[in-house]
Amino acid sequence: MDKPKTIVDKIWDRHMVHQEEGKPDLLYIDLHLVHEVTSPQAFEGLRMKNRKVRRPELTYATMDHNVPTIERHIIKDEVSKTQMQTLRKNCEEFGVSLADIDHPDQGIVHVIGPELGLTQPGKTIVCGDSHTSTHGAFGALAFGIGTSEVEHVLATQTIWQQKPKTLNVKVNGELGKGITAKDLILAIIAKHGIRFGTGYIIEYTGDAIHSLSMEERMTVCNMSIEAGARAGLISPDETTFEYLRGKRHTPKNFDAAVEDWRSLATDEGATYDATVEIDAEEIEPQVTWGTNPGMCVPVSASVPSPESAGTSNEKESIQRALEYMGLEANQPISSVEIEHVFIGSCTNSRLSDLQKAAEIVRGKKVKESVRAMVVPGSHSVKAAAEAEGLDVIFKQAGFEWRDAGCSMCLAMNDDIVPPGERCASTSNRNFEGRQGNGARTHLVSPEMAAAAAIEGRFVDVRKFASPAVS
Amino acid sequence: MEPLRKHSGLVYPLNRANIDTDQIIPKQFLKRIERQGFGQFLFYHWRFEDDGNPRQNFSLNEEKYRGTSILVAGENFGCGSSREHAPWALQDYGFKVIIAPSFADIFYNNCFKNGILPVVLEENVVQSLIEKAEKEQYELTVNLEEQIVQDSTGLQESFSISSYQKEMLLNGWDEIAVTLRQADKIDQYEQKLVKN
Repeated sequence: MDKPKTIVDKIWDRHMVHQEEGKPDLLYIDLHLVHEVTSPQAFEGLRMKNRKVRRPELTYATMDHNVPTIERHIIKDEVSKTQMQTLRKNCEEFGVSLADIDHPDQGIVHVIGPELGLTQPGKTIVCGDSHTSTHGAFGALAFGIGTSEVEHVLATQTIWQQKPKTLNVKVNGELGKGITAKDLILAIIAKHGIRFGTGYIIEYTGDAIHSLSMEERMTVCNMSIEAGARAGLISPDETTFEYLRGKRHTPKNFDAAVEDWRSLATDEGATYDATVEIDAEEIEPQVTWGTNPGMCVPVSASVPSPESAGTSNEKESIQRALEYMGLEANQPISSVEIEHVFIGSCTNSRLSDLQKAAEIVRGKKVKESVRAMVVPGSHSVKAAAEAEGLDVIFKQAGFEWRDAGCSMCLAMNDDIVPPGERCASTSNRNFEGRQGNGARTHLVSPEMAAAAAIEGRFVDVRKFASPAVS
Repeated sequence: MEPLRKHSGLVYPLNRANIDTDQIIPKQFLKRIERQGFGQFLFYHWRFEDDGNPRQNFSLNEEKYRGTSILVAGENFGCGSSREHAPWALQDYGFKVIIAPSFADIFYNNCFKNGILPVVLEENVVQSLIEKAEKEQYELTVNLEEQIVQDSTGLQESFSISSYQKEMLLNGWDEIAVTLRQADKIDQYEQKLVKN
């Protein structure tokens, strides 16, 4: 019998174009997603060398980072406007499909790939964006690349890759009531640090992972890069196949495809280079307090003190983070008041995220001192949410209801948190200045963000009375 | 791409861990469609006050670090976003070598596409380099061919690097041209896909 293999081994072997001693492997790429920020220099590179896009039909572009989420066509920043026009021009010249700003398929690149069924198990997927790991939720090998590599994939449809080691992150048991996929991945990173995945591809396994919905799995895989991992994926199962059934770009002979996809799952007895296990039951709602995603505590806990650090470098980094964040050592995280709430981003802007946040705010009002906005991940998420009346629930509560884009996750458009102000955000990075120069970001789940909007501070969403349960 | 074989230069020490690419080059500068000219925005919010004047308390603004070309920093350098604008900014500012105890994966790869050599050395060695460069002007020579970092007082540290990445940098090759030598293999792979 063949040696048991992991899903990573299987996908890797299937995509091997060329292998040679002393070199990385040359892998074939099945899907290349492109957006306006990391592609202009790549297309320009092709033009300068008189090269073509080798497989335009395996390449799919959209604009998401710069796009306004209100007054869609008034792009005040000329440089942003040029960047968007450049993508338009490049897609036309090189024959690449583009979901332009008004296109019904437009949205955040990591939201629309799965939505359109472009993302499928077993595919190799790249994009000039570190959150490409999101697509791993489907059992695809998906990772972010730089612009030179974007140019390389455009020209050759391949990429040189040293095979990373494999890391099994096994989540046992069951998540508690009110505990989300976001809490799970934040807790994993808080426990093991923002470097524990470096040099690895993570496979998330265990009962708690396979009982997640596809949208929850995307939230988990999305943040693999925040643990430093090359990619993060989950072996496909019935949940995966059911999500994909009927999606536009899935194979015509869907049942045959499912049979093949099923065979990709990691074999019983396959070994990983490393394994960590986590008990799902011990996870509480999470809130980040510092300036990287690993600086995170349960909502019942307090911000750490520099004195608690093991090394002098660590002590300094806690000190710096507290200073930047305007927090006191040992301050309960639930005492932190916020001025902004952002529900959106490739981590948490899908329909189920909005449904869960809407349940919390239904019939309530956003606190007067808080500005809150919902930015759906795509045009179609927005349309689906409106068909259910979620927009009305949010607007009645005092939320702004916006058009699709990356928005305040990285504040490349006009959705910016002002200096010194604090935001409860469902996005993925709380780096200094991420949501605006001097802005202070606390990463949370959509439910926690919604509750923070109402209360003006962080509260345990499990104790937060919602009309649906009271 | 410019080949890089051996480089001697002054050290700029930045004793922080987890320096993310948002700090190296903030997002408002990612809107440009050119590859050049990002050096002026390097570490922008650390280097400049909100009014655009240099911050007194950020060391890169100190006279003694003017003209430095070897950056020595803490672990996990370049974490976060995949933006290649980060190595573009470092390169355009004048950095040719970055030494750290560890690098984030995507950033590390991006360096090689832009003629920057990322060197991994032990944490205690990096700390001693930082201390020396904080004290006084400190010059290092980094020899890629021999995979050695040296100073004038007898320090000699070897580093490892994959033979592929070493070769690319030594020769300044266009990676696409290298890959296209395997064009028949790519054709064969695609033909097999069509058949299946």
